[in-house]
Parts: sequence; structure tokens; C-alpha cells
Amino acid sequence: MGNSGYIRQGWLVLVLAACFSAALAGVHIALSPRIAANKRDETYRQVPALVPGAVRDRTREVRLAGRTVYEAIGADGRRVGWVVPAAGQGFADRIEVLIGLDAAGETIAGLWVLEQKETPGLGNKIVEDAFRGRFAGRSARADLTVTKAAPATGQQILAVTGATISSESVCKIVNQAVRDFRAARSATEAGHAQ
Amino acid sequence: MPSDGPTPLERFINGILPENPVYRQLLGMCPTLAVTNGMKPAMTMAAAVAFVLFCANIITSLIRGLLKPHLRILVFTLTIATFVTIADRFLAAYVYEMSKQLGPYVPLIIVNCVIICRCEVCASKQSVLTAGADAIGQSIGFALALASIATVREVLGSGTWFALPVLPAAWPDWVIMVLPPGAFITLGLLLGGANWIGQARARRAATG
Repeated sequence: MGNSGYIRQGWLVLVLAACFSAALAGVHIALSPRIAANKRDETYRQVPALVPGAVRDRTREVRLAGRTVYEAIGADGRRVGWVVPAAGQGFADRIEVLIGLDAAGETIAGLWVLEQKETPGLGNKIVEDAFRGRFAGRSARADLTVTKAAPATGQQILAVTGATISSESVCKIVNQAVRDFRAARSATEAGHAQ
Repeated sequence: MPSDGPTPLERFINGILPENPVYRQLLGMCPTLAVTNGMKPAMTMAAAVAFVLFCANIITSLIRGLLKPHLRILVFTLTIATFVTIADRFLAAYVYEMSKQLGPYVPLIIVNCVIICRCEVCASKQSVLTAGADAIGQSIGFALALASIATVREVLGSGTWFALPVLPAAWPDWVIMVLPPGAFITLGLLLGGANWIGQARARRAATG
């Protein structure tokens, strides 16, 4: 069969794919501002849970090295921590998380999963407190690693059973975001000091 | 193109009980088991499936004269995936909490065999009217099946229905009913009951 044969056989698939892509693009353009607003609302709701002592309505949005982070403010008006949104590839689809950090950006205070489509029953356990809670209290100065045995050092996170890739994806996302955040912060602080 | 086979009205009625997608065809078991721990997620799923099934059936029926036999499954899947993505984005925009709760089960509608079955059996062979009536009938049947299972599981497991309390506070929630084993137990018993009623009817019709 020559090339013209393929076109004759498959033209409907190509035409449909083009039409459907256009339709999806339209839906995306129309709905993405609303979805983003939903996520921002949820972020604000999660700030007090991610950073102890933070008051939701005092949260400030800050631009840091081209990305939006949230400065968590306590009842007395002082900064009590940071919430850093981060995203990356998981096992099935993109995973979006919020990382809570203390005021100095030295310790992870909490973790929240904003969006995931990991395998039901295995990977989707990353949203549960049992897994997310393993991040609280870890140092932000060194990378976290995933282990399948009992964690030996303070920077090891026990993986979800049957979901090593999902667990590692979350760890990678957290490591990258924390590293970027700390680098951006020290850059701005150095800038202020001059 | 000849339009043989059941009429639109027959297709519509068949979908609800005689050819119920869950109880008679045993299709779409994944959402049937996974999201029926409460009425709210079950009905959200039923609505999403109804939207996708209706749109996919209409499109498939419109292009049925152009389908090549060896490419038809590809076209079905392409069509279904498009409408599932639209449904997924709509849920994320307008019922965000429910969209988070359903998580990966919304994209999994792409592989819900109820939909591809209706495209193959009905929409790729019959008129747009018949395909539309078939989609509505099957969607009602699917929603009724999910509702029956979700009702048993939510009432016994949480003492609520659509998150409204229906049993006295003294009711000890049967937690197993909202967990995966409760889904299998409920589906098994209801399916057995449906078959038993069907056989009893057939016997009565034979003897009477």
C-alpha cells in the first residue's frame, strides 16, 4: 500500500483528531482560569494546616524567581513560614503538591497533594496523612531519599508499599522545589544585603 | 445505510432494565465497585458517564458510514477520550471537591466498556435518533445500578444517604461497607438477587 492508501484509510482519524484537539483547546482556554482559582482557594485553606500558627487570611502571595510562593503570616503579623507549590511527573500523570516550610526555610513543616491521578489503591495513597506526615520535620537543607525498609537516617522517607515510583516522584518534586526555593531566597536576601 | 435492529424506543427501554449495563451485561464494573461508597460520588460518576456516552454515541452514529472496520475501535477511543477530558475539566472547574475525590476514576471512564460497547453494538450501526435513545436508556440503567449499590453501602456504612443522616445516631456504622470488600459483597448480593428474580419470573412465565 502506498502513502495515498494510508491517507485514504486514515483520513477520518486525522480529521477527527484535529477537530477534537481544537475542541479540547477551547475547553481548556475557557475553564483553566476557574480551575486555577479553585486550586488557589484550596492552597489558602491548607496554609494553616501546612504551617503551624499561620492565619489563612493574612497569607501573602510573593513572586520569587518567577514562581508564586505563599508567605504564611501568624496572628501577630510576623512570618511563620512558607508554602511552596510544586509539580512534576508522577507514575500516571502530573502530581501537584504544596510544601510547607518554616520561617527560615530550613525545615519542612508539612505536605499536601493538590492533584494526582496515581493508581487507585496503590499510588493514590500519597494523599493520605500516613505518607504525607512522613515529610513533616525533615530538614530542607539536604535532599530526601525514598527507602523501602525502615528509614535509617533523618532524610529517608518510607515509600508507600506497592507505589515506589509514586513515592519517589513526590520526593523528587519536593527536593527540586525546596532547592529552587532556597536558592531563590538566598539570592534575594543577598540582593537586599548589598 | 439500512437501519435494522431495535427501534429507538426499544433501545431506550432495554437500557434501563432488560439490558441493564451493570446487572445484565456486567460492564463498567470498575466505577461500579470503586465510586459507590456514597451517593454523591456515584451520581457524579453516573452523570459524567451519561454525558460521555451520549456524545460518543451521537458522534459515532453521525460518522458510521465513514468508519473503516479495522480503524473503528481507534475512532471510538479517540471520541470517548475527548469527551472524558471535557467532563474531567468541567468537574475540576465546577465541582472541585468531587473532582478531587473521584481523582483517577474520571479519566478511567475512557476504558469504561459500557461506552465502547454501545458505540460498537448500537451507534456504529444505527441512526442518530436510535443511538441517542440508546445512550439515554443505558445511562439511566447505569445510574440506577450505581444508585442501588451506593444506597446500600452508604446507608449501612455511614448511616447517611447523600450525606444526610437517615439512620439513628445509635447505628454502628458498618465501616466494611464503605471499604472495597463492601463493594464486592453488595454487588454480589444485588446481582444474585436480580438473577433470582429474573429466573423466578421466567419459571412463572413457563408454567403459567
